[in-house]
Amino acid sequence: MQEEMVNTFTAKAEAVSAVVRKVSNMQQALEYAVKICDEKEACRLLLAGCELAVSNSAAELCQFSSGEKFIAAPGLDRDALTGLQALAKERDIKVVSSGLRKYASGLDMGLAVADLGLAETGTLVLECSSEDLRLSTMLCEINILVLPVSRMRTGTDEAEEELAAMMKNGSAYLSFITGASRTADIERVLALGVHGPLELHILLWEDD
Amino acid sequence: MLNADNIKEYLSEIEEALQNDFQRKTLDTFAVAYRTGRANAFSGMDIPGLVKDIARSKDDSLAEMDELYQQFKEKAQALGVHVHLAADAKQANEIIAGIAREHQCRNVVKSKSMTAEEIHLNVALEKEGMKIVETDLGEWIIQLRKEPPSHMVLPAIHLSRYQVADLFEKVTSKKQDSDIFKLVKVARRELRREYVQADMGISGANFAVAETGSLGLVTNEGNARLVTTLPRVHVALVGLEKLTPKLKDALLLLKALPRNATGQQITSYVTWLTGPSECKSSADGKKVMHIVFLDNGRRKLSSDKNFSQILRCIRCGACANVCPVYRLVGGHKYGYVYIGAIGLVTTYFFHGRDKARLLVQNCINCGACKEVCAAGIDLPGLIKDIHARILDEEGHPPRSKLLAMVLKNRRLFHMLLRNMRFAQLPFADAKARYVRHLPSIFMKGQDFRKLPVLASTAFRDKWKSVKPNVSRPKLKVGLFSGCAVDFIYPEQMEAAVKVISKGKSIAQDHPEKQTCCGLPALMMGEKDAARETARQNIEAFASSGSDYIVTLCASCAAHLKYGYPKLLEGEKGLEQKLKAFTDKVMDFSSFVRDVMRISPMLFRKTVQKVGYHSPCHLCRGLEVREAPRANINLVHEYVPTAEEEVCCGFGGSYSLNFPPVSRTLLAGKMANLRAGGISAVGTDCPGCVMQIRGGMARAGIDIEVKHVAELMAEQLK
Ligand code: SF4
Ligand code: SF4
Repeated sequence: MQEEMVNTFTAKAEAVSAVVRKVSNMQQALEYAVKICDEKEACRLLLAGCELAVSNSAAELCQFSSGEKFIAAPGLDRDALTGLQALAKERDIKVVSSGLRKYASGLDMGLAVADLGLAETGTLVLECSSEDLRLSTMLCEINILVLPVSRMRTGTDEAEEELAAMMKNGSAYLSFITGASRTADIERVLALGVHGPLELHILLWEDD
Repeated sequence: MLNADNIKEYLSEIEEALQNDFQRKTLDTFAVAYRTGRANAFSGMDIPGLVKDIARSKDDSLAEMDELYQQFKEKAQALGVHVHLAADAKQANEIIAGIAREHQCRNVVKSKSMTAEEIHLNVALEKEGMKIVETDLGEWIIQLRKEPPSHMVLPAIHLSRYQVADLFEKVTSKKQDSDIFKLVKVARRELRREYVQADMGISGANFAVAETGSLGLVTNEGNARLVTTLPRVHVALVGLEKLTPKLKDALLLLKALPRNATGQQITSYVTWLTGPSECKSSADGKKVMHIVFLDNGRRKLSSDKNFSQILRCIRCGACANVCPVYRLVGGHKYGYVYIGAIGLVTTYFFHGRDKARLLVQNCINCGACKEVCAAGIDLPGLIKDIHARILDEEGHPPRSKLLAMVLKNRRLFHMLLRNMRFAQLPFADAKARYVRHLPSIFMKGQDFRKLPVLASTAFRDKWKSVKPNVSRPKLKVGLFSGCAVDFIYPEQMEAAVKVISKGKSIAQDHPEKQTCCGLPALMMGEKDAARETARQNIEAFASSGSDYIVTLCASCAAHLKYGYPKLLEGEKGLEQKLKAFTDKVMDFSSFVRDVMRISPMLFRKTVQKVGYHSPCHLCRGLEVREAPRANINLVHEYVPTAEEEVCCGFGGSYSLNFPPVSRTLLAGKMANLRAGGISAVGTDCPGCVMQIRGGMARAGIDIEVKHVAELMAEQLK
């Protein structure tokens, strides 16, 4: 049953160009994130249009950019954050966990743990009432979300009560995230990363 | 946005749109790709069941709109949201401008909202000296071009990458590449700056859940998340019809919305806002959140027995995606603010009669929109109803009054038809049975296809001589010929009689007092006349005592079966007769295949390749798809061709009123048939025969066009 759900989830998420990998513990997830970030192009805004013909004032946003790489991980618990910082330091990557507004020009990577997964559409549910957590999943170029497999549900029918309970219990900002940010507004050609992340990586954490 | 004031101007705008090759090609590709994309997205799901559930759920919500609003308001206010109710566009704009003043906001970033388009919010806020930036890529593009959207979901679908590159050159003062991916990235950077500067974010909402006071926003780009996060003030503008009692209802709509809109199982982002969330640029660390609910006629509409279904609309845009007229003329000529079939309907209620008058006439009544609608809205029916309503309000034009008057009187109508033949004779090519040339007042723009002359003897005048004698009948069939078969193509009914007479012990009758089915009157907005002819037909067949009422005309059949109950709803003393009548109506192809179970042994099957054109009112109106194809295949080799179910452009009087559209639809139909390598095409409707045969004759193409009854009768052993 669960295996079937994981298979459906993986197929659906991959169909909208998400990268899906399995990890057996949080440490592996952190290692994956740091590795991907390390392999990423040096200029963190390259993908996002820094080299393109943007207007002078839009280019000014780049002043925040110093060529360093940043991973935003405001939602991680203390242990995971410490672990991430240690790994990141080895590769000269900075970890930020607050004040993300400053990074409106872009972040290399956002890393967070999702609250639920919906298999029928390959969707992740993230409770992000915290502004920093929200911004980390929007301003980044690569969004990495860890989903504990125990939090996987078949779809909205099954998850409906849990979702409603979250809304009733103070979850002011709840996001369903499926694949990367996308548009087809010019000639109906699909382009990823129009406002939010250009890539979504999902790490299925086999936690039971 | 439609500019024309009269039909003449509208027609010339349409001609112009038809010359827009880029738009034509884009919309063609889209129309074809959409079909597959949608089918894939829904695969394995029970679509009719889902549509029914949505219709019911929306109807329930609409019935308690006021209560839901109260409940929502209490919940949201308890969380610290300011909730407003705006009676109309003006008030909504004032409320939002007031919020901006109160919080000293000057720079607005906005995510896509059709409701904001409806009230022309940007114009109102700009007058206040505010700067508004649309952040949805398509909306931003059209905002920069100072244009309205041309599609509800893909607002800039009418533009090419080159036009976008030119536009971005102006915006950035830099030379731009026309590579789409690069253009998207440029937009990403340009818009990031706007989010940083903005002090107010404006969004719409797809759902407003009363039990929790939550808003649901469905987007792909993720711009709505930034719009609702970065600025310190958030204003959501929400139509009252978006209220649902529970999250469950919203999740139900969410199952259909992306699938029907873009063929996605879900959009990249669905965002649920329940009260103000953390906002670090606001003084107290909490977002200032206002929700403005818009009435603008919705409350009144929600209690209208017929028109309340408009408010079920979930704005998926599918009714435009499948509309053959939209596909040709594009959104700027097929809607005011709201586009496509639903746009034709809502324009009247949200923007007034003046904006709606021309639009509602430009529907060919093909039913494609109704079939695809996620909320089960009877769009073509409502379009006709609004047309009729406008005529009632403004007075009926003499031409339509005359038609109504004539149609109500069967004897007069039939006498005129008989006499018309004599009027036509001087212009007729007797052998080929086409009108050779007509005085130009009748023929303006009509010469894209040859028009038939009336038959020398109408079917009703031949009936006595062709009626088969059946001694001990077990089944009685009443033949309903309809005007086109009766007076133009009696040979089609003669063929049908021959085929049906092969069935054992089937008696046939052609009740003398039958008359026009009334659809043409309805199409012209003459509801009274349509009702009167309906009554006459029901009477005519009641006395004949037939078990089935068989027709050769798909449009007549669909109208007799499904149009009559609507027209005559609640008419006292008629309920039983009406039901007895409509239950018996059946199209010819279904009758011979499913009731007679006609034997292949009766026919000489040839190897001739024959195509099929599927009449709108047969495939969608009656949902008859297999029978005619199977019947053709009994006698010839049936060869499928592209887009068999797309309208041929006839549409009765539509082709007379909108010749450019009719002409272009016909051209597409003929191109698809030609590409199929066939020598003949069968169809189950005299109107389609008239249109396609006339087109083939005018273009000198050697493909025969016949009614399926004729194809069958010709091959009887
Ligand atoms: S009935 Fe056909 S022509 Fe009319 S709006 Fe619907 S799809 Fe368009
Ligand atoms: S009327 Fe139906 S098909 Fe058209 S946008 Fe609304 S829900 Fe979609």
